[in-house]
Amino acid sequence: MANLEKTASEQNSNISTKKQRSLWQEAWRRFKKNKLAMAGMGFIMFLIVIAIGTIIVDLVTNKSFYDAYVIKLDLRNRLEPPSSAHIFGLDEFGRDMFLRMIWAIRYSLFMGTIAIVISTIVGGVLGAVAGFYGKLTDNVIMRFMDILLAIPSMLLAIAIVAAMGTSITNVLIAIAISYVPTFARTVRASVLTIKDQEFIEAARAVGASDTRIIFKYIIPNSLAPIIVQATLGVAGAILSIAGLSFLGLGIQPPTPEWGAMLSNARTYIRDAWHITVIPGMGIMLTILAINVVGDGLRDALDPRLKS
Amino acid sequence: MKELLKVKDLVIHYQTDDGLVEALNGVSLSIGEGETLGLVGETGAGKTTLAKGIMRLIPNPPGKIKEGEIFYDGKDLLALGDIEMQDIRGGHISMIFQDPMTSLNPVMTVGDQIMEVIQKHNNISKQEAYQKAGEMLELVGIVKERANDYPHQFSGGMKQRVIIAIALACNPKLLIADEPTTALDVTIQAQVLEMINRLKKKLNTSMLLITHDLGVVAQNCDHVAIIYAGEIVEYGDLQQVFKNTQHPYTEGLFGSIPSLAANVKRLQPVEGLMPDPTDLPEGCKFHTRCKYVQDICKKNVPPLIDIGEGHLVRCVRCQKQ
Repeated sequence: MANLEKTASEQNSNISTKKQRSLWQEAWRRFKKNKLAMAGMGFIMFLIVIAIGTIIVDLVTNKSFYDAYVIKLDLRNRLEPPSSAHIFGLDEFGRDMFLRMIWAIRYSLFMGTIAIVISTIVGGVLGAVAGFYGKLTDNVIMRFMDILLAIPSMLLAIAIVAAMGTSITNVLIAIAISYVPTFARTVRASVLTIKDQEFIEAARAVGASDTRIIFKYIIPNSLAPIIVQATLGVAGAILSIAGLSFLGLGIQPPTPEWGAMLSNARTYIRDAWHITVIPGMGIMLTILAINVVGDGLRDALDPRLKS
Repeated sequence: MKELLKVKDLVIHYQTDDGLVEALNGVSLSIGEGETLGLVGETGAGKTTLAKGIMRLIPNPPGKIKEGEIFYDGKDLLALGDIEMQDIRGGHISMIFQDPMTSLNPVMTVGDQIMEVIQKHNNISKQEAYQKAGEMLELVGIVKERANDYPHQFSGGMKQRVIIAIALACNPKLLIADEPTTALDVTIQAQVLEMINRLKKKLNTSMLLITHDLGVVAQNCDHVAIIYAGEIVEYGDLQQVFKNTQHPYTEGLFGSIPSLAANVKRLQPVEGLMPDPTDLPEGCKFHTRCKYVQDICKKNVPPLIDIGEGHLVRCVRCQKQ
């Protein structure tokens, strides 16, 4: 017995000096090691700060700055290439491209995020219910999701917007709905794997209730794949918003939006390269940054890569 | 000795696509206060099903408790509602699971996991529960500062000790240990068993020790039940079963253990395999592998016969004597 105590204390001896890390801190440590993902994260942070900045400007000046500069037409100098006065040049109506670009960030980034948050919650609840209760519930929910999945998400979004009319809310709803099935599937799959793990049974054996098991055991354990899926989903949603706007079904002019800007500019691509390339680059870099972060998160949250 | 747990004619079947799995076919046993009963059998004999049956953790479907009664401290467990059963689990009857690697929640600190049980079954504040969790950790030989660590920061043996701490946190009267040492290496096995025994004595807990290791039984148990194809084939105290082995299956089990005393060239394993539980043979379940098989064995199921002082054997050979 003394032997046992001794080995135990040996095992414990150098513990107090070691840093205590939770799984999330551990994941963050691994994420930090990934230079590319950190760069992507930095870029997104940068965009978020600018977007918040523009929102504050709008609030403080009661949109007078927006009216005076962002949507101000200057037809005489239209399509002017980048210069020191207008670093991104002027667009087809002589509006400042730089201001329009940064004013448009909020629609892409925040709308994409909101749409994904909505579909994560809706899809997550549906998937969790389907996975946890199984049987008929599972069948009904998942077959319905399969029907949604069978329709290309872009087409579905177009159909929804076309039916409900073009407004920011409707675009949000359309995109959120088209992403619900993906999340339902992801969540259901991870609930299914976790539901049968021994520690769930062990929790039952100490008298834990169903609710406790779902909230304390199943959800925290299935969070990692959902986070990754959601991050990558934001990129897709931004692309969808841009796509819808490109088709004229999303954000309506004169509100600046990258997809709409790209769409309007493409007529002038031979005369003024900058008004097509700049919004295109904006979309591309944002999506790239988000995807890189998503990949980094996936690697960081994978417990098999623990080192 | 006061009787704590009484299982009577328990029948548990699983309804699967491949047919009806007859996992338990009328098992009766009883455990007194402070007593340790060893339950020995091959893989698939129904050991874990019995343990889960007592805890009412059989997944339904496909599992179903068809017949029988389980009495704990005079209460009929099968008649209790779900909420009442949650109080029994962990508070009165605890279970130690086979595999320490997968029995802990990877995203909760071990301290939180011990506190969870304590708070569930006692009406105490968070600080007190934390205090108690620390004490439990110390009791199983882990410094309490490690309560804030996550399961992946522990070794297998330490995880098993955490699980034991969780199981004993509310001073349960009955501990069901389902092969608590199978996943551990031999030296850790000895430590863990020694610790379970020490704590059991200290807290006066009864124990149902499930294992397939007869050596473990010899060291830890007061009584032994040998289970085969969902039936108890031999039951008695250590002396009776180990020294006066009657059932041919038990004999076979002992024959397959190397002995230090006797000079044996080859071990004598029990021939054949355990019968398919979806298609159990008629008559004595063991007759397909028994070396003393007679015609009557193929027709009639032999009853459990008391051959003296509570030594029960399920074999026709004992009937004649």
